[in-house]
Amino acid sequence: MQYRKHEPWLYLAPMLLALLFVFGYPLLRLVTMSFQRTSKGEEIFVGLANYATLFKDEVFLTAVTNNLTLVLSVPIMVAVALLLAIFLFERIRGWKIYQTTLFLPYLLPIVVVGLIFSYIFQLSGVLNEALIAIGLNNLALDWLGSTQLALWTIMFVVIWKEVGLGVVLFLARLMSVEEDLFDAAKIDGANWWRLQWYITIPQLATVIEFFTVISVITMLSWVFNYIYVMTAGGPGSSTMVTELYVYLQGFRYNQMNLASAASVLILVVTGVLIFVQFRLRERSGEGEVAL
Amino acid sequence: MTAADRIGRWVGIFVRQAIVILATLLSLFPVYFMAVSAFKTKSEYIANKWGLPLAPILDNFSTAFAGEKFFIRFINSTVLTVGSVSISLIIACLAAYAFARMGFPGKRTLFNVLLSLMVVPPVVMVVPLFVSMVRLKMVNTYHGTTLIYVGLLLPFSVYLMTNFFRTVPREITEAARIDGASNFGVFWRIMMPLSAPAVITLIVVNALWVWNELLIALVFMQKDELKTLMVGITALRSKNYVDIPATMAGLLIATIPIVVLYMFGQKYFIRGLVSGAVK
Repeated sequence: MQYRKHEPWLYLAPMLLALLFVFGYPLLRLVTMSFQRTSKGEEIFVGLANYATLFKDEVFLTAVTNNLTLVLSVPIMVAVALLLAIFLFERIRGWKIYQTTLFLPYLLPIVVVGLIFSYIFQLSGVLNEALIAIGLNNLALDWLGSTQLALWTIMFVVIWKEVGLGVVLFLARLMSVEEDLFDAAKIDGANWWRLQWYITIPQLATVIEFFTVISVITMLSWVFNYIYVMTAGGPGSSTMVTELYVYLQGFRYNQMNLASAASVLILVVTGVLIFVQFRLRERSGEGEVAL
Repeated sequence: MTAADRIGRWVGIFVRQAIVILATLLSLFPVYFMAVSAFKTKSEYIANKWGLPLAPILDNFSTAFAGEKFFIRFINSTVLTVGSVSISLIIACLAAYAFARMGFPGKRTLFNVLLSLMVVPPVVMVVPLFVSMVRLKMVNTYHGTTLIYVGLLLPFSVYLMTNFFRTVPREITEAARIDGASNFGVFWRIMMPLSAPAVITLIVVNALWVWNELLIALVFMQKDELKTLMVGITALRSKNYVDIPATMAGLLIATIPIVVLYMFGQKYFIRGLVSGAVK
């Protein structure tokens, strides 16, 4: 196509300006702020002091541990999504309706979901009433009010909400696989497990990798809404996560510099994961058009 | 087929159905719980938590509308959603046209930067953005918050539109150029109309994202009359804890636009998400 040399930049300019304002400048400013501290209204350079403070802060360390604990649920999420996607792909009766309903949780606002679940998991909530009704009184626990249980309850809610994305992604990929591949394996007498292991999973490999990395990133840096609505980090700091830590330090305790240092650490971890994702993509040869 | 085979097959179908039905019930239960509770009186909610309402009432909806400035919050969310989705759409389409049809130095690098920005969590930018916005006096304004949302929506939007524009056959655009259309004319009269499905996908996905967003709204729309619906809802947890049915009615109203959007655009929505992961 014919165009003057500067022309592409005219089309790109609005995007570049918006990205510089929302990502570029803030990210640079973030790094400088993390090395500074405000003293008598002036920003002074303090080196790594903010980072040192972070690593001595029990609450921050709890937050990091909690994020890492949440990551443990990713294999469960992938396995559940995979199993459901395979069943739907086998065209069990009503699979289209199941697909729609299984995907519904992913669309609902986390705030709404979190609030509903906090009523369901109340000590006198519907779950405990149901458990008592069937005689499982011992299982009627304070799901969100106990320091030992709250994080696991939240983990359940995150899985509940995110698994639908996996189902839809896996199913969409399976639909684009040549049917012959499955038929050939069946004619060769492969049983169900071998069929999944040697055909389905290898065919889904890139999507499984994508979903896994996205889910790890979610567990490390996109769980703010769940926590904020359901427990606000409590009881105590038993469900504190790094994002909530940044929010509280920055906007409740006015420790912007400490919040910046914590943000930088989140950014670095996410950055490493994004890099991993890129490498996986390159290896699978999809190059520039795929995430 | 032997009898044993047939039994095995039947068991297989039964197990699959059982697992999928269980998962479906689990997915739907919270929505069901919200919907039925919204039509119960407080005393019926306590006595009958999981059943259907025996005497459905609508009072909870008027309570929800009256309390917490529900209507204003609804409008605020709508303004931010419509504003940021439409502005980011225009900016993204322009940029995607350059990515898909023109060459320029640094193109590949810039595209890779966009891809990585897609997963940068907003929480990372919140503190320095707040500092800038305070200086620019844009905290607690519609335009300031819209601008942030536009920026956050752009990476995915540009990515999606670029991929779509690339699939438009070059012959069509070249022919229009030969007929004397300018580059912008090709973009506006040919590319955009041809891209309707991708545009709808993008609108549905982005609108849901902004409507459901909490953190930015919490930090940048702090004034009571500017709070969004999602921020307003989080406040219900502490205040209306005693009036669970009214809270559920509020949640139901907040969810309805999303369910409607989903029903209209389900295929577009799924396509949009899948395009991020599957070739």
